[in-house]
Amino acid sequence: MTFLKLLFRNRLAAMGAVVLGLILLLVLAIPVLPLQDPDVTNTGNRFVPPFSEGHLLGTDHLGRDLLSRLLYGTRLSLGVGIFAALIAATIGSAVGIIAGYFGGRTDNIIMRGIDMLMAFPYILLALAIVAALGPGLLNALIAVAAVNIPFFARNIRGITVGLAGREFIDAARLAGMGHTRIILTELLPNVLSTIVIAMSTTVGWMILETAGLSFLGLGSQPPQADLGSMLGEARSALITDPHTSIVPGVMIFLIVMSINLLGDGVRDALDPRLRSGALSRPRAQTIVDRKSPVPADDGNGLLNIQNLETQFHVGKRIYRAVNDVSLFVNPGECLGVIGESGSGKSVTALSVMGLVASPPGVVTGGAVRYEGEDLLSANFESLRQKRGDKVAYIFQDPLSTLHPLYRVGDQLMEAIQVHHKVSDKDARAKAVELLKSVRIPNAESRIRNYPHEMSGGMRQRVGIAMALANDPDVIIADEPTTALDVTVQAQILALLDDLRRERGLAIIFITHDFGVVAQLCDRVAVLYGGKIVEEGTTTDILDHPAHPYTKRLMACVPELGGGKRELAAIPGLPPIVSDLPPGCAFAPRCEKATEACKEGAIPLEGSETRAVRCIHPEEEIA
Amino acid sequence: MGSYILKRLVSAIPVLLGITVIVFLIMAMIPGDPATAILGSYATPENVEKLNRDLGLDKPLVVRYFIWLGNMLTGDFGRSFSLNRPVLDEILERFNATLILAGTAFVICSVLGILAGVISAAKQYGFADKAITFVVLIGISVPSFFLGMMMILLFAVNLRWLPVSGMYAIYGGGDLPDLAKHLVMPAFALAVVATGVIARLSRSAMLEVLRQDFIRTARAKGVGERKVLYGHALRAAMVSIIPVLGIQAGFVLSGSVFIEIVFQWPGVGRMLVDAILKRDLLLVQGGVVFVAACYVFFNICVDVAQSLLDPRIKT
Repeated sequence: MTFLKLLFRNRLAAMGAVVLGLILLLVLAIPVLPLQDPDVTNTGNRFVPPFSEGHLLGTDHLGRDLLSRLLYGTRLSLGVGIFAALIAATIGSAVGIIAGYFGGRTDNIIMRGIDMLMAFPYILLALAIVAALGPGLLNALIAVAAVNIPFFARNIRGITVGLAGREFIDAARLAGMGHTRIILTELLPNVLSTIVIAMSTTVGWMILETAGLSFLGLGSQPPQADLGSMLGEARSALITDPHTSIVPGVMIFLIVMSINLLGDGVRDALDPRLRSGALSRPRAQTIVDRKSPVPADDGNGLLNIQNLETQFHVGKRIYRAVNDVSLFVNPGECLGVIGESGSGKSVTALSVMGLVASPPGVVTGGAVRYEGEDLLSANFESLRQKRGDKVAYIFQDPLSTLHPLYRVGDQLMEAIQVHHKVSDKDARAKAVELLKSVRIPNAESRIRNYPHEMSGGMRQRVGIAMALANDPDVIIADEPTTALDVTVQAQILALLDDLRRERGLAIIFITHDFGVVAQLCDRVAVLYGGKIVEEGTTTDILDHPAHPYTKRLMACVPELGGGKRELAAIPGLPPIVSDLPPGCAFAPRCEKATEACKEGAIPLEGSETRAVRCIHPEEEIA
Repeated sequence: MGSYILKRLVSAIPVLLGITVIVFLIMAMIPGDPATAILGSYATPENVEKLNRDLGLDKPLVVRYFIWLGNMLTGDFGRSFSLNRPVLDEILERFNATLILAGTAFVICSVLGILAGVISAAKQYGFADKAITFVVLIGISVPSFFLGMMMILLFAVNLRWLPVSGMYAIYGGGDLPDLAKHLVMPAFALAVVATGVIARLSRSAMLEVLRQDFIRTARAKGVGERKVLYGHALRAAMVSIIPVLGIQAGFVLSGSVFIEIVFQWPGVGRMLVDAILKRDLLLVQGGVVFVAACYVFFNICVDVAQSLLDPRIKT
């Protein structure tokens, strides 16, 4: 039901359905319509123009009624096209299922043959088949069906291969079912929908192709006419009496277009990504649509996030990823932001430089101040100039965050050259120097590597080198060590620590790992459900966690040499940010939760340096 | 690089052999007697038998295949009875014209298709996107032969801007401007469907790439939007666009059959249709094998281009 609703919400698809429906209705009504005989010639009445008495669409070169020929021709073209599609789908799917189900040599031989057929330029194969069988509508139908078999065979084989390895097929085999029965009762129902979709996308082509063969005189033979041969016969009178060509031509066009529209609609309605809006192109800058007034500058830190709110608007749903988050970081300081996946830590980080994918992301409130200037109000050019130059990012998983087709040296040089007028030679020298500074051996030759030619640790260093390229004031590191093994992780943390001491860098370090926080960070903010639940100096938080969530989160970290202490997972799941409770988001998973926790919003209480959002804190904060 | 090209060329050999087997088998299904078809129904049995012997049709199928294959490898594609000249001579002469037509159409559809797709993706849901999507929809639904006829009606008959048909003017033509004038309409008519398909695919490939993490990295570096689109995104999208160009080249090459008929272009397609109607099967056989082989070779070029573009492909 939702499928049909989605399909018809798509106005173009609905239009296609209506046009196609009308054509089908007209064609089916042929027996009851007062039509003249399509094949009766009347040479005294040749080329009568359209809208004449007795001939709504005029007559052709033999004086036959065009309207009548058009409807009969349409019926023939549709019939032949659909029939060809059925044949191609049946044989192609059978071949595909057999190849996919039996696999091994059977599969190999069949697919080799299919590949050979696909090596032909399409129509050429159809021409060869018609050449052998001789011109005629039936032969054209066979030819068109034959050249479309590989398409079905390939598609269906792909799906069958996936299904054939699944448990229910094994179960059927163990139950003693024969191959034929398994294919017919287990596999076929599962691939049927794919066959139908493939048919809906190809039937238009097949109608067009049979019309094409008839147009060439290789399909339907006179006096019988389909749309293609009507057009072919009319061609000689194109200049003197164009209506005889236009009438069948427009009909082919209408049929094919309405089928295409409907086919696209079916495909889109079945694609879940389109529904979620995930196919939208992210803009260069996150959309800012603040509902509340911009908070006044409180003069904190070099980078100061004030009451930030970022949401994702997907259809009618609103995901509140970041709620009223305030953070700041001073030069030479490292601020840790910790939380589970989905707690809003990455979105907070990306909001700073307007990098949240948008749509669907929208910043709905707060301010992000760099040296007092609100970046959310800045125009794109001034924001772009700060990106990478003043505030740089290090991302998680550098295999997907580095461009796969450019050499790492070129990517480093680009980072420099977008901000500074530097010659290629100097930029290259700087790139080598950067790679050396992150301790990549053989930096001179490494800059010629592509990302896929490097190890994970190397790539992560390239990511760090790129962030350092312009000597930024702030680095936002989003789980830069998560994908790495422990020794590499330790090296990279040490590197970052050196850099902030040497260069006075401010670092916002996002992680879910308390071990990392202890090594690197001066202060920590704990995020849960898009809100800060606790903040303070690293020692305070590690030694005296006040929020029950912080305490539970720390209990999840196994301590080296800690003996047989049980690893305590937090029961339950993180909250769904489209449906946050009015009170404490952690309450459903918290042992200490009372009714009061669930009732209303709980404020973040304490000082600027130490605060907690809890009415039953583990420890009173100083 | 050289070894990769060599490897691809070697791997084409079984495909080419497969093509000859398929064409040979199709031609062997012919109902009736080819000799009778050539000589007509009034031929004497002796003449039919002699021609069968001359054509080698009295031998077993496998032997006939290898004789035919051997002859082709030495450049002997047989003799066309309807034109009374060697098949290969006729094909080579005609193929030139087809290559000019299909090549031009291929360039048009690649350039316009990618351009339209990229603009469409860059301005997603904007006016340009909607306009392009609409035009593309019409483009992929209109039969090329009908479009060609309507172009003749509009540009040649009514506006008199371009010649109605043919490759060169009969009187005083033959130079490049003359060829260009004759080429405009057929090349565009041939390119329209492929342009639409390429534009659609380029749009979705661009949208797919624009959501990737490395695009966010480029933006985080401070790269401007124009360079993000045309440097980073398009470069990555080309990896999925190029194989489609290869497939569309096949459609353009074979679709030229219709356009050559409509515009009376002296190419292989028209030759094939004439040959089919005259039942000149040697000419059909030779023409199909020749064009298919050219297409296989073209696809090798596509693969090589792909490997140059994507360093992740092992060469």
